[in-house]
Amino acid sequence: MELSRRDLITIGGKLLVLASVGAAFEEITGAAPPSEAYKMAEHWWGMIVDIDKCIGCGNCVRACSNENGVPKGYFRTWVERYEVENVDGRQEPHVESPNGAIDGFPPSTRQDVKSFYVPKLCNHCVDSPCVQVCPVGATFVSPDGVVLVDENYCLGCRYCIQACPYGCRYLHPEKRTADKCTLCYHRITQGLTTACCENCPTGARQLVDFKNPKDPVHEFLRTNKVEVLKPYMATGAKVYYKDLDGSVR
Amino acid sequence: MPWKGGTLRQFFRNSGHLIRLAAVLIAGLCVFLLIRTALIPKAFGKYGHYSPGALDVIRQRPVSYAGQDTCVMCHDGEAKERASGRHAHVACEACHGPQAAHANADDPSAHKPRLPDVANLCRRCHEKDAAKPAHFPQVVTAEHSGGAACNSCHQPHNPHL
Repeated sequence: MELSRRDLITIGGKLLVLASVGAAFEEITGAAPPSEAYKMAEHWWGMIVDIDKCIGCGNCVRACSNENGVPKGYFRTWVERYEVENVDGRQEPHVESPNGAIDGFPPSTRQDVKSFYVPKLCNHCVDSPCVQVCPVGATFVSPDGVVLVDENYCLGCRYCIQACPYGCRYLHPEKRTADKCTLCYHRITQGLTTACCENCPTGARQLVDFKNPKDPVHEFLRTNKVEVLKPYMATGAKVYYKDLDGSVR
Repeated sequence: MPWKGGTLRQFFRNSGHLIRLAAVLIAGLCVFLLIRTALIPKAFGKYGHYSPGALDVIRQRPVSYAGQDTCVMCHDGEAKERASGRHAHVACEACHGPQAAHANADDPSAHKPRLPDVANLCRRCHEKDAAKPAHFPQVVTAEHSGGAACNSCHQPHNPHL
């Protein structure tokens, strides 16, 4: 059979129309399967940190590293030691965090300064700057309030790393994608607490669910002086610090 | 040839150039839709401008720390001892390390956890440090024990003497 150019174009056109109709049908009907017991709409995760309980042991940092396979030299959570010196009436903070405090701190003996520990992690902001700058929609706030990164979608452009005012993100040295605290999403969605909260010996940090009316967070927020980091940036941070010193940035 | 109306056949013959153009446009649209469908993950945009499949991928990560409730299911002796002392709220894995492999194994004794390194373990929390809250029990280990291991006097699960 002789195939003319006209026939070829006609057949090609028909095939194209058929294929695209099929693809559209697949898109409509082949949606993701419904998820099981955990209901995202019933949770809104955050964390409370009690500065007055943190002893700088670094248990949270080690736990996070073990649980999430954080590459060596990078940290999803870390602890800072503040030593605030009073110089002519000015508060001058000296901050250190040797290797993210993964092995704790060498003891501080300075009695002339106000010193304390500040554990830090992703603040899981509601209006997160990192989410706003992502050009491809690879980082997002989940329906239960956790800021996550889609590894398969991330280009590794580092915009989010620059945008985070808290320095909570890094470029994974092997995957070459942005990486950060997931608030142990794989644990909290099956009823466990985060690795850092599980292993904090003094209960300085606690995972909280703002949508649970019985969660102790409501009383905590009502009865204590709580602050978020960099409130003037209006990020909607959900990590609340109790008795945070004014010098902490 | 000027258009004079008439039969449908004449209409198609006379507007062939327009029909070819339309066909090219439709073909282009189909190609676009095909590529778009292939590239955009399923259910993209269900909760926002991202792929909801990423949530499931992140949730599939294995757990390393089994959690307090799992430990005390078997080790109730240690749990009872700890509950009456000042370490009551310190989780087992805070000292013993991640034990999900031990807890989930068919034969837990095959994944026996190593004993913690007492020399470093106790000191990380209890070494005297001006930055620690004053109410937290702290000692200068060098003066306190004269080099003896902490657990030669203190019981770690219930650290009275």
